[in-house]
Amino acid sequence: MTALLETRGVWQRFGGLVANSDVSISVGRGEIVGLIGPNGAGKSTLFNLIAGVLPPTQGSIIFDGEDVTRLPAAARCQRGVGRTFQVVKSFETMTVVDNVIVGALVRNTVMREARRKAHEVLEFTGLAARADVLASDLVPAEKRRLEVARALATEPKLLLLDEVLTGLTPTEAQTGVALVRKVRDAGITVLMVEHVMEIVMPLVDRAIVLDLGKVLVEGKPADVVRDPKVISAYLGDRHAVGA
Amino acid sequence: MDKNFAARRRRDLIIAAALAVIAALTPLFVKDVVVQNILILTLMYAGLSQSWNILSGYCGQISLGHALYFGLGAYTTELLFTKFGVLPWFGMLAGGVVSALIAMGLGYPFFRLRGHYFVIATIVIAEIGLLLFHNWEWAGAAMGITIPIRGDSWLKFQFARSKLPYFYFALLLACVAWFVTWWLEDSKWGFWWRAVKDNPDAAESLGVDVFNSKMGAAAVSAFLVAVGGSFYAQFVSYIDPESVMGFQFSLLMALPAVLGGIGTLWGPVLGAAILIPLTEITRFKFGGSGSGVDLIIYGTLIVLISLALPRGLMSLFSRPKKTGATR
Amino acid sequence: MGLLYGLIAVGLALIFGLMDVTNFAHGEFLMIAMYLSFFLFAFFAIDPLLSAPLVAAALFVFGAVIYLLLVRFAMRAKANAGMVQIFTTFGLAIVMRGLAQYFFTPDYRSIPQSWLGGKTISIAGIFLPEPQLVGALVSIVAFAGLYLFIHRTDFGRALEATREDPGAVALVGIDKNRVFAFGWGLGAALVGLAGAIMAVFFYIYPDVGASFALIAYVTVALGGFGSVFGAFAGGIIVGLVEAVTALVLPPSLKSVGIYAVYLLVVFIRPRGLFGSM
Repeated sequence: MTALLETRGVWQRFGGLVANSDVSISVGRGEIVGLIGPNGAGKSTLFNLIAGVLPPTQGSIIFDGEDVTRLPAAARCQRGVGRTFQVVKSFETMTVVDNVIVGALVRNTVMREARRKAHEVLEFTGLAARADVLASDLVPAEKRRLEVARALATEPKLLLLDEVLTGLTPTEAQTGVALVRKVRDAGITVLMVEHVMEIVMPLVDRAIVLDLGKVLVEGKPADVVRDPKVISAYLGDRHAVGA
Repeated sequence: MDKNFAARRRRDLIIAAALAVIAALTPLFVKDVVVQNILILTLMYAGLSQSWNILSGYCGQISLGHALYFGLGAYTTELLFTKFGVLPWFGMLAGGVVSALIAMGLGYPFFRLRGHYFVIATIVIAEIGLLLFHNWEWAGAAMGITIPIRGDSWLKFQFARSKLPYFYFALLLACVAWFVTWWLEDSKWGFWWRAVKDNPDAAESLGVDVFNSKMGAAAVSAFLVAVGGSFYAQFVSYIDPESVMGFQFSLLMALPAVLGGIGTLWGPVLGAAILIPLTEITRFKFGGSGSGVDLIIYGTLIVLISLALPRGLMSLFSRPKKTGATR
Repeated sequence: MGLLYGLIAVGLALIFGLMDVTNFAHGEFLMIAMYLSFFLFAFFAIDPLLSAPLVAAALFVFGAVIYLLLVRFAMRAKANAGMVQIFTTFGLAIVMRGLAQYFFTPDYRSIPQSWLGGKTISIAGIFLPEPQLVGALVSIVAFAGLYLFIHRTDFGRALEATREDPGAVALVGIDKNRVFAFGWGLGAALVGLAGAIMAVFFYIYPDVGASFALIAYVTVALGGFGSVFGAFAGGIIVGLVEAVTALVLPPSLKSVGIYAVYLLVVFIRPRGLFGSM
């Protein structure tokens, strides 16, 4: 079976700065893949390239057998790419359910259907009790969950999670982890960016480590954490690799 | 599921219908021409402000250049009527279409601008329109166009003896603008607009076509405002650039919505119901002599309301539903 | 003329750059300055050129007071902050126009005889009207002064710092409100200076501000909001464009050229020529 998502030799330059150089990764159907790496490794850039915020300088992105390299974000969403934002971007003046309806409208043109779908998703993500609250009145952990709910309402094949577990209390993080598992069990492929390894490693099937804009290591989480290259990248001791 | 929501929408519709009926009956009791005049203007501005609210309130693209569409509606109608004998009813439609097309044409460059740059661009484009009409000989230039009155006629939509037909048309305009807003509020477009206003990036990631939703809002908004402009031209039966395209119209369309509550269904109606009679009464009482007292009162009021109620008067009615469980 | 536009605009740019507030009553500040200049001439026979510093000082106080009485509160609005600012300053503009009509009547006034009025000077065979020339000189001096002030004095730096991070500035013991009030005063003083000079060669009436205000916004936006240098350059461009348009099109269309250039510029550079923010 072909991969759901593939990046082929993707480069991204900002002026003189190279954020991604020759990144080729693939994500198979039904996987939970973790994209990790130290700060400034190019995770967010790659993430934005996949979501369609900007086109890569070079290389191509294949989603579900189609070349989507030049498609804008909205078109990718229609093809089944859902995403959350690292800095939450709720529709603050709208209620929680209305936020989710915006997502649900991608696949449901009839309002009543979209509304039903939105409530379904709120039930799924455990936000049902807060449906009629203004998004601006949610606590941070709930806003994170609203981001996920909104993206799920677009019925994605691939869900991109940008640091949804970072900055949560341990209990909140546990609920978050459970939610991600539940999403995968519903048949949705997950690609998640996380900075903190401890949280993601038990959760993901496979981990891809980026460092200095390149893929450093890729493999089973247990192997990845033991890899000396990863350890040195995280410790910042780059000389250890060459030695 | 969501009984509250459906009930709220039904309630809005019933209130609106009741208000429309009450408004329709007022001419039975109000015979004074001056008061009738104020009522007509109030209804007209309620409709205009409601239309402005679609682009600026719901979609968040603050325009202070809507006088352009108002004037285009007026001019299209009257030029077609006086030069080609086209009946105002068709002229009205034509004016709406012309305005909607121009709004979309302008949208291409304009919607890339953000914040103050967008606002100033809208003011500037309306000002350009004003200056062009000022210098356009065929369209009467600064002299304007006087609409020939040949007796009362529904066909030509002109009435010399009674203001009642104008009153009912203004009421119809207000009702249509309200109903369109009500209808769009619970539609894909309504949700898209609010999403675009709150956070365009997030909207984009959820499959919202940000650019086209702005275009849609601009077209609907411009069309309705142009129809209002046609109506106004017939109502006052004389137009010149200043009197239909002046900046004050842009302001008078925005103010009721802002005072009543921008981006709300009832804000423009409420704002117009308070602001327009007040404008007209102060002008009637203190204006004319050029003493400026009307301006002083009017300006003070705007300052006070915008400072005291940033969300508009509607915020007095909505009970904020905070569950308060967490925090 | 362009330099005077620049002078009007730079006050606006200063206020905008400092606190992200557009003052829609800016034209009315100009109107007040012109009236002040007129009355100082009419009652005390002080030539506008001499009274210009006086007018600027008066406007400084006026601007600071307006900030403390009104704008301070508008900036505190929790919802719709942008709209509140727009309409608060707009309301203020209407009130000022009303007051001017009430006290000064809507009549057109002008300063009939001043040291500069109507005189021309000939430089290398080109005749230039003296008032405009002096206006240009005063503008250049004012710009130079402002530039030095912002970049060379402690207060100028406090102004910059407050704009960048009001919270941090509060920690260092600078009172944000005092700095902002000063900024408003300075912005008003600059437009006061422009008004005093313009009183010599323009009619003075309550609505006079409106005709210059839009050009001022365009000038500011052309240069890029918040950039003092941009406002200066924008002013020169606007002045040139106006002069060129006047040659090609009928005089009543001269502003069209300015507006068209503005639209053209922002479509190519959505943040103006020198906009950085």
